[in-house]
Amino acid sequence: MKIAVCIKRVPDTATRLNFAGDGTSLDQSEVQWIISPYDEFAIEEGLRLKEKVGDATVTVITCGPAASTKEIRQALGMGADDAVHITSEVDLDPAQIAHCLSSVLKDRGDDIVLFGRQSADAQGSQMGALVASQLGRPFANNIAKLDVEGSEVKIERDVDGGRETLESSLPIVLGADKSLNEPRYPKLKDIMKAKKKPIESVEIDPGNVAFETKAITPPPPRPEGRVVGEGPEAVEELIRLLREEAKVI
Amino acid sequence: MEKYEGTDFYIIDDLLTEEQRLIRDTVRDFVDDHVVDVIDDCFMEDKFPTELIPMLGELGLLGANLDGYECAGLDNTAYGLIMQELERGDSGLRSFVSVQGGLVMYPIHRYGTEEQKQKFLPELAAGRMIGCFGLTEPDHGSNPSGMITHAVEDGDSYVLNGNKMWITNGCVADVAVVWAKLDGRIRGFLVEKGTEGFSTTKQGKKFSLRASITSELHFQDCRIPKENLMPGADGLGGPLSCLTQARYGIAWGATGAAMACFDAAKKYSLSRIQFDKPIASFQLVQQKLAEMFTEITKAQLLNLRLSQLKEDGKMTAQHVSMAKRNNVHWALEIARSARDLLGANGVTHEYPVGRHMLNLESVKTYEGTHDIHALILGHEITGIAAYK
Repeated sequence: MKIAVCIKRVPDTATRLNFAGDGTSLDQSEVQWIISPYDEFAIEEGLRLKEKVGDATVTVITCGPAASTKEIRQALGMGADDAVHITSEVDLDPAQIAHCLSSVLKDRGDDIVLFGRQSADAQGSQMGALVASQLGRPFANNIAKLDVEGSEVKIERDVDGGRETLESSLPIVLGADKSLNEPRYPKLKDIMKAKKKPIESVEIDPGNVAFETKAITPPPPRPEGRVVGEGPEAVEELIRLLREEAKVI
Repeated sequence: MEKYEGTDFYIIDDLLTEEQRLIRDTVRDFVDDHVVDVIDDCFMEDKFPTELIPMLGELGLLGANLDGYECAGLDNTAYGLIMQELERGDSGLRSFVSVQGGLVMYPIHRYGTEEQKQKFLPELAAGRMIGCFGLTEPDHGSNPSGMITHAVEDGDSYVLNGNKMWITNGCVADVAVVWAKLDGRIRGFLVEKGTEGFSTTKQGKKFSLRASITSELHFQDCRIPKENLMPGADGLGGPLSCLTQARYGIAWGATGAAMACFDAAKKYSLSRIQFDKPIASFQLVQQKLAEMFTEITKAQLLNLRLSQLKEDGKMTAQHVSMAKRNNVHWALEIARSARDLLGANGVTHEYPVGRHMLNLESVKTYEGTHDIHALILGHEITGIAAYK
């Protein structure tokens, strides 16, 4: 079985972000990069599937600058077998990335292509769907459980308070939700071994830009807090405000 | 749980390899996920978080810089970064890993027979066995060569008599590396749990390293097979070479404790409002933070260079003395200063600084006291040994 996991590097969710002078991008000089957390669930699920099936390979695919090898190595350290690195030093828009990923994937013949349900930074929730449509394969996002028996695929998804069970067959494209599994830490020995695992570096013409970022703006500053009273007497008023004004309860 | 971001003013990250950064980040995540939330209760309850041991083994943190025998075979910078991150959690946790790797696995790896290596190292690396190191005695701390514990050859056995004190992991150890005099020479013996004549007592009433087990070891006509002698070590150089390994880890570890205290002090000073503004606005607070920041950066640079010397085979025990002495001294000063900056909150267990401060009092004393390391450096400078 061939399993591909598409990952994206994103700024560490603990990093405080600064905007670059141009008003359309982030100042990347002090950003710590990590694998987008949802993508870690995808990697973990790929590895579990491999461990279950036995005769399988897990390939990590990413599109990003040369420095993305750190995130690739982490995935290889977790246990992926090899990687394809589509190198691009410029930021690409989602359609361009989908084109690049599809170009690599269409010739590989993977049985399963896994994504995170969305990236932690842009949160577009579209990459899996874009790639699946370009490959002409079924796609399910937000998967919470995956069972593969032969070529039969059984999926559970969390939907608005309930759970949906779906059946399909290989080949398929799936987007991992956080309830799918708990990603493992890479073992230190495996991080060292990852150094020797192959990373194929490819360049692909990403095609034309579909969307151009015109501006990014920080969220408005939070309004100042308000003291509605003190002690038990304040509870009634606080509940009224939470219900009527903030509308959160 | 908020993720820890680290302190790296001189962009030392650029001097690390991709693997070293990944290893550091992995251990940092492990500490955030599994240590930070439980360690204070362990400290309060005077117990080691034993549930972490299989994970330490699984990740490859035990004897991580040793080659073969299921060890991770990491370089010394990566090993140091592991110690830094573990001690950011707690000095007791780092002590456990230091003892297991630097004081138990290292001597077996370096001085042991092939059979001893095969028998013990994979088990110790996986955390299925715990080890301890018995050198210090009730009446012989800074002067270990005066030790009373001795071994006598008797047929195909050695018979050990004596007592060891301040032994990390002692009560829970499956194997003790015990240093004792045989015909007047200091030799290393492996004593397994359950051997007749070998017993332990837990040392209590500590205000420091409470999340670490400290014990006395007692040997009373303790008979061990001859094959439990480590043949490669003969003389005080044996145990001292182990201490050099462990002290190397302490230099890095103490820096981690300092980083934790600085992080807490910085966050607190930015959020604590007095006189209608954050206390971080006041010059005296900024001066304290600047001092911490500077000393942490200096310690990080010292550690990195020390690791390069170790990697190149140029590191001496004296190099390690300087780093251990300096970094622990400043870690303790930083912890005290952070405690001060946190005001009354600094004496509570709501914040980690009080725990680090208390722990570091031990770290300053064990593995060569602050003053003994000054004398080692004095000896290096002048050629005159003040402790002889």
